[in-house]
Amino acid sequence: MSDIIRLTAAGLAEKLQNREISAVEATQAHLDRIHAVDSDVHAFLHVSDSALDAARRIDERRTAGEELGPLAGVPLAVKDVLVTTDMPSTSGSRILEGYMSPFDATVVKKAREAGLIPIGKTNMDEFAMGSSTEHSAYGPTRNPWDLGRIPGGSGGGSAAAVAAFEAPLALGSDTGGSIRQPAHVTGTVGVKPTYGAVSRYGAIALASSLDQVGPVTRTVLDAGLLQDVIGGHDPFDSTSLTDAWPSMAAAAREGARGDVLKGLKVGVVKELSGEGFQAGVQTRFDETVALLQKQGAEVVEVSAPHFEYAVSAYYLILPAEASSNLAKFDSVRFGMRVQPDGGGTVEQVMAATREFGFGPEVKRRIILGTYALSAGYYDAYYGSAQKVRTLIQRDFDAAFAQVDVLVSPSAPTTAFKFGEKLEDPMAMYLNDVATIPANLAGVPGISVPIGLAPEDGLPVGIQIMAPVREDARLYRVGAAIEALLEAQWGHTLISKAPALGGK
Amino acid sequence: MAKDALMDYDKALELFEPVLGFEVHVELNTKTKMFSHAPNDFGSDANTNVTPVCLGLPGALPVVNEQAVRYSISLGLALGCSIAPSSRFARKNYFYPDLAKNYQISQYDEPIAFGGSVDVELPNGRQVTVPIERAHMEEDAGKLTHVGGSTGRIQGAEYSLVDYNRAGVPLVEIVTDIIYGAESDAPELAKAYVATIRDIVVSLGISDARMERGNLRCDANISLRPRTPEGQPSAPLGTRTETKNVNSLRSVERAIRYEIQRQAAILADGGTITQETRHWHEDTGRTSAGRPKSDADDYRYFPEPDLLPVQPSAELIEELRAALPEPPAERRRRLKAEWGFTDLEFQDVVNGGLLVEITETVAAGATPAAARKWWTGEISRIANVNGVEASSLVSPENVAAVAALVEAGSLNDKLARQVLEGVIAGEGTPQEVVDARGLAVVSDDGALIAAIDEALASQPDVLAKIRDGKVQAAGAVIGAVMKAMRGQADAARVRELVLERAAG
Amino acid sequence: MSEISEEQVAHLANLARIALTPQEISSLTTELDQIVDSIAKVQQVATPDVPATSHPVPLSNVFRPDVIGETLTIEQALRNAPEHDDNRFRVSAILGEEQ
Repeated sequence: MSDIIRLTAAGLAEKLQNREISAVEATQAHLDRIHAVDSDVHAFLHVSDSALDAARRIDERRTAGEELGPLAGVPLAVKDVLVTTDMPSTSGSRILEGYMSPFDATVVKKAREAGLIPIGKTNMDEFAMGSSTEHSAYGPTRNPWDLGRIPGGSGGGSAAAVAAFEAPLALGSDTGGSIRQPAHVTGTVGVKPTYGAVSRYGAIALASSLDQVGPVTRTVLDAGLLQDVIGGHDPFDSTSLTDAWPSMAAAAREGARGDVLKGLKVGVVKELSGEGFQAGVQTRFDETVALLQKQGAEVVEVSAPHFEYAVSAYYLILPAEASSNLAKFDSVRFGMRVQPDGGGTVEQVMAATREFGFGPEVKRRIILGTYALSAGYYDAYYGSAQKVRTLIQRDFDAAFAQVDVLVSPSAPTTAFKFGEKLEDPMAMYLNDVATIPANLAGVPGISVPIGLAPEDGLPVGIQIMAPVREDARLYRVGAAIEALLEAQWGHTLISKAPALGGK
Repeated sequence: MAKDALMDYDKALELFEPVLGFEVHVELNTKTKMFSHAPNDFGSDANTNVTPVCLGLPGALPVVNEQAVRYSISLGLALGCSIAPSSRFARKNYFYPDLAKNYQISQYDEPIAFGGSVDVELPNGRQVTVPIERAHMEEDAGKLTHVGGSTGRIQGAEYSLVDYNRAGVPLVEIVTDIIYGAESDAPELAKAYVATIRDIVVSLGISDARMERGNLRCDANISLRPRTPEGQPSAPLGTRTETKNVNSLRSVERAIRYEIQRQAAILADGGTITQETRHWHEDTGRTSAGRPKSDADDYRYFPEPDLLPVQPSAELIEELRAALPEPPAERRRRLKAEWGFTDLEFQDVVNGGLLVEITETVAAGATPAAARKWWTGEISRIANVNGVEASSLVSPENVAAVAALVEAGSLNDKLARQVLEGVIAGEGTPQEVVDARGLAVVSDDGALIAAIDEALASQPDVLAKIRDGKVQAAGAVIGAVMKAMRGQADAARVRELVLERAAG
Repeated sequence: MSEISEEQVAHLANLARIALTPQEISSLTTELDQIVDSIAKVQQVATPDVPATSHPVPLSNVFRPDVIGETLTIEQALRNAPEHDDNRFRVSAILGEEQ
């Protein structure tokens, strides 16, 4: 059984197709693993009690000779930001405890239709606000590499679930790095697709113009297989692109053959290095860039002068949109209701509910966003931030006029210890310095593991960014780097993660 | 509610110039809501015409209804507006339980239509051009029912219930520029303006435009500015109030008149006007203070990130322009000629706000004369007595049906009035009322002759007079017969038969 | 520094319908002041000639045909409601006694 959980999604899918393993066996193996290790990791907020039934139906259909999708029967962990009909959806918040959605998020619907088996909902920072999963109302998730450290955030649960072999695939959402930064600190792969490439319908909105749903996996190919399932147009999301997308899995397979690096123009973002970047993170990154060069890539340094304003613009746009998106949590139609002493008007009930139901980071950002939008401040803050957004897009345009992809470390440091940055919001916000520009500009980005930092032995990731709509390029280059490094090491990085749960 | 002091209207006009502005909300009659595929039908059972979008459920996203955009462009064009090459939606943030997301998706700095005007004709024949600042798209809110306390009002209610069937119904809000120069016609102008907007949306076919159902809602802004002696600069604009909940043409007129008299009394007394919303009370004919407008009204508008700009092509705009119905002023001239009404008759119709009703009644088969007679006569009378809009009482189809029964001789005028009363009382269609109340004219000569013979026998002196050639004496017999028949007879036929029987 | 006052935070909390405690107002005032200080630098480059971007990938005219689709059942609509009555969502009185 333990062999099953070590398989990649692609490997497991092959065995399912060959009927060497049944979907029920695959699902049971992962449920057993969750049972064994999740008390340590706490990646899941809810484990499905209908997953085995769903797996059984897949097996029946396969037995009946039905043509199933390539990932049919493969278990999938779902970030709790995505609404599901068969499991509660809380977005990591007390205010939504027990909330049952009458509809599935489009990505979940597509995953079910492709035969994937949702096995549980993963932990996250409350309403995806955070970089450490310490802001979950349900307690933090621990990094499988070191249980005393954070798994990144907001999607720490999805990354940890995949890193701890509790699921081969997971869904995440990335507003400023919530897929890529957890991937970086857990030695896994995370992709933020082009804005609009994957439907946001059913993703509990944090910042609508920044949010994007994407895959969280252990390999680049697995991520490509998952994006092929969840991507594509959705008429329920106005911002969903109508493009016909190439297969990301095919791009990953092509990349793994290696020759895609020859002549590839790679831009190293000057502003995403140096001060604030941990030495071991920088070392591994520099080594990887050297490796690319050795494989025939043309590496140039590229300046993106407005990236230094990205975090500031982001922490105006995100709270502003979030303050509005989170207004719906008012205790009228769903969610918690707190009655103040002696009753109170509906206004007082709403205020008491939101005081009790939201955690400190959520309140901080709602107040900040309310400020940024309020009369007399809009132009100075929200308006200015939107202009910075234009400038950052122009930086990307100029850069991509010179190079095919941009690279940077995915985050400035490896996984930090619990509590280290909790009291200093600005320090926490700087975790996303490398990932935020892609969200502001809508471009796709991937984080791929590139080794362990020498000083602490913790995972480091490289971020690759491509122009809007060129997601396939991420998979080609990402898979090439992954294949080169694994060939060099003679193993996958994740295989070096410590054993968990006494195994 | 303390009674406001009111100044005599003419006196108020001597001292002050009324300055007006209107915001009219038009509910579009699309099949589905503005941002959701839920049926645009809020007469159904509570919370049955809702989707996750209408309830603002976590994860739901809005998608714009194309038909609503087309209707909005058509309305903009009919108002003489320019259509913005690019307009966009914004979020207007405020908490209220009828607002599912606690923000309303509206248009703010980039409305779909702007800079138009509407020609309005007043009862005294004066023509006024009302400037239109903008028309923008937005969504309606849900409906609150207040429970406990008195008469379902918000004051004193113990709790409230929310139905989101109306949440997300598409609206176009038409905002006028400041209207100067209405002078003593201000109340009539207000009414005529709203009636004209109603005529426009009805002729476009984009709204049911029933004010009593809230399809068309008017918020009226009024301020007064003191008159200055000739040759001196005019005084600055006064503080305005916004009167809401004005749900009939008649109320629009009354509310404006009331506010002018109220504000004038305060100002003349050295007081100041509070900038506030005021609620119109149909029953008392007064306005009462609502929420004061203050700095706390911070809606934190920002571009709606879930929606994209609306950029209609020049082709689409021209297509919709070509399909516009004739402007109301032209239409009025044409209808007057078609219907053959005198100036006075037509003015009656216009003043009664009954153009639409009569058009529809004629379309349903009545003659213009009959349609006018019933709408400006009996129906308006009942409407006045009850203080409601004539159009809310009975459908044009039913009026046409009554006219047809009269035309066919099945009803006389008196009976027809009773039938209308029955229809208005909700007793069914005209035919159903006729059947249920047994109101048909007695056309059986046998029954009439029996009654006539009895009447002649009991009034031998009258019989003698008729036989002497004093035909007018027949009136007494006819009256007795009509009474015996409880009015359900055709008086002309009775007269014929009386003369016949008297002649022996 | 100290651009943001406690009164302002209290006003923002009221706009955002969060019944913050006095302690929260005090600590948020300090935090917001620091955060706003460090993010206000967006103003340095946001010159009048730079247009604002609200959508990362520009699209326009995304519409839905005016066709009725599936609606929620009354059970689905009310399932998560804290309180409901007569198929409607129930809320406390909107106006307080003093109003």
